[in-house]
Amino acid sequence: MKEFLFIYRREANADQGVQWSPERIQALMKPWQDWLGSLAAQNKLIDRGNRLDGDGTVVKPNNVVTNGPYVEMKEAVGGYSIVKAKDLKEASELAKGCPIITVGGSVEVRTILEM
Amino acid sequence: MADELLPHLFRTEYRKIVSVLGKKFGFDQLEIAEDIVSDTFFAAASTWGLKGTVPANPTAWLYNVAKNKAINYLEHNQVFDHKIAPELKRQSNEDAEFEIDLSPKNINDSQLQMMFAICHPSIPVESQIGLSLRILCGFGIDEIADAFLADKEAINKRLFRAKQKLREEKVNISLPGAAELDDRLQTVLRTIYLFFNEGYYSVSQNKTLRKDVCFEAIRLCYMLAQNISTNKPDVNALLSLMCFHASRFDARLDEKGEQILYEEQDTNRWDSDLVLRGEYFLNMSASGTKLSKYHVEAMIAYWHTNREDTAEKWENILSLYNQLLFIEYSPVAALNRTYAVSKVHGKEKALVEAKKLELTDNHFYFALLGELYSGLDNNEAKNNFGKAMEMAKTASDKNTIRKKIEKLR
Repeated sequence: MKEFLFIYRREANADQGVQWSPERIQALMKPWQDWLGSLAAQNKLIDRGNRLDGDGTVVKPNNVVTNGPYVEMKEAVGGYSIVKAKDLKEASELAKGCPIITVGGSVEVRTILEM
Repeated sequence: MADELLPHLFRTEYRKIVSVLGKKFGFDQLEIAEDIVSDTFFAAASTWGLKGTVPANPTAWLYNVAKNKAINYLEHNQVFDHKIAPELKRQSNEDAEFEIDLSPKNINDSQLQMMFAICHPSIPVESQIGLSLRILCGFGIDEIADAFLADKEAINKRLFRAKQKLREEKVNISLPGAAELDDRLQTVLRTIYLFFNEGYYSVSQNKTLRKDVCFEAIRLCYMLAQNISTNKPDVNALLSLMCFHASRFDARLDEKGEQILYEEQDTNRWDSDLVLRGEYFLNMSASGTKLSKYHVEAMIAYWHTNREDTAEKWENILSLYNQLLFIEYSPVAALNRTYAVSKVHGKEKALVEAKKLELTDNHFYFALLGELYSGLDNNEAKNNFGKAMEMAKTASDKNTIRKKIEKLR
């Protein structure tokens, strides 16, 4: 078994102007919980990881700090998890049910190399 | 009268005296402590039986006799002078060597300290359970053998090796310090939890014994909740969980000790008093920042005290099983989660999930597949139930599955 990083991406600023309510957050969280629960039930989930806030900076050479990572990117990273799988193929298979895909986002699947 | 009283006193007093003497003597001479207490009860049986009367205060009588025997031993034993005395002198400069303190407070403290010493990570968990049953609960070797479905010889050996190991490791009979307490408490809780399960899911046909084992586990956990330094949220959560489960004890077994499935249980036989206690301890557990698996399992058990199937109930149970799996994977949790999926999202969706589990060495996996196929594809259901029945280890499990197959016809 190897470990893989799932990086969740979706369109930057997709949430702009959305009115958040507890019900809405609940409705958004549920499919995530069910999907991650399914991975956990298969004993494939190492770390649920975290969601990332939209705010951020990019620090570049010569002390250049820009606001937000999205200036040059259409998609922004919204979160990550760590799973285990036999190989990259199986890991990709696991990523297919991810709720981010149903809202037009994507999952980048990367093999974690052991030090 | 002595005939009825003595077994009862043995159950309630043996463990107290043995803990106090054991604490005094240390693991080096735990057997002697056990022998002294056994002798005390033997003396009670012969004296009371011979005279045909029981002393006015039988417990005080037992304490007195045990105390005298212990002091006698301490005074006459050579080992005492060389090994224990210097140790005791260091602890107190009084003439306390021969003091055997059987006050309620010391009894309680000694039992708690003994619990931590026995549930020591250096010995395997089944030995921890065995020693707990013997020392902390006063169970006989016969009863322990019956509960584990093992022969007496094997149990004796297991307990002997465990005590030897505790001696080698020089385990102190004391509460761990604050820095260590949380870690050690986790081991104690895990042992109590498995101890309870040993009674609840035991393969033994002896229903009374199984129930006793369960209630002893609850009692030990309650002792932790009664002590300020060990009254932690997860202790209350485990207590709550065990109360909820125990509330169904009578309803889930028939006269022959065979299992009655949850859906078929007579809810009138659920113990509402224990349900209330479960709710009380669940409330008590709701503090701190850590959500332990006992919290999650207690909440699942809480939802099961409500037999009516509502959407709210199963959505909550599914979400709790997800959380439980996030804390710690276990095949049982994975299977139960999938059952909850079927209740929330339907059997087709659950089947897809079930097939991903690949728990093909677990008969409950095939029982679940059988359950999910029932009504969708009865042939497949029968096939899977058949496999489950073949793999099931106990007659009771096989019977439960056979009934499922018969219903499909």
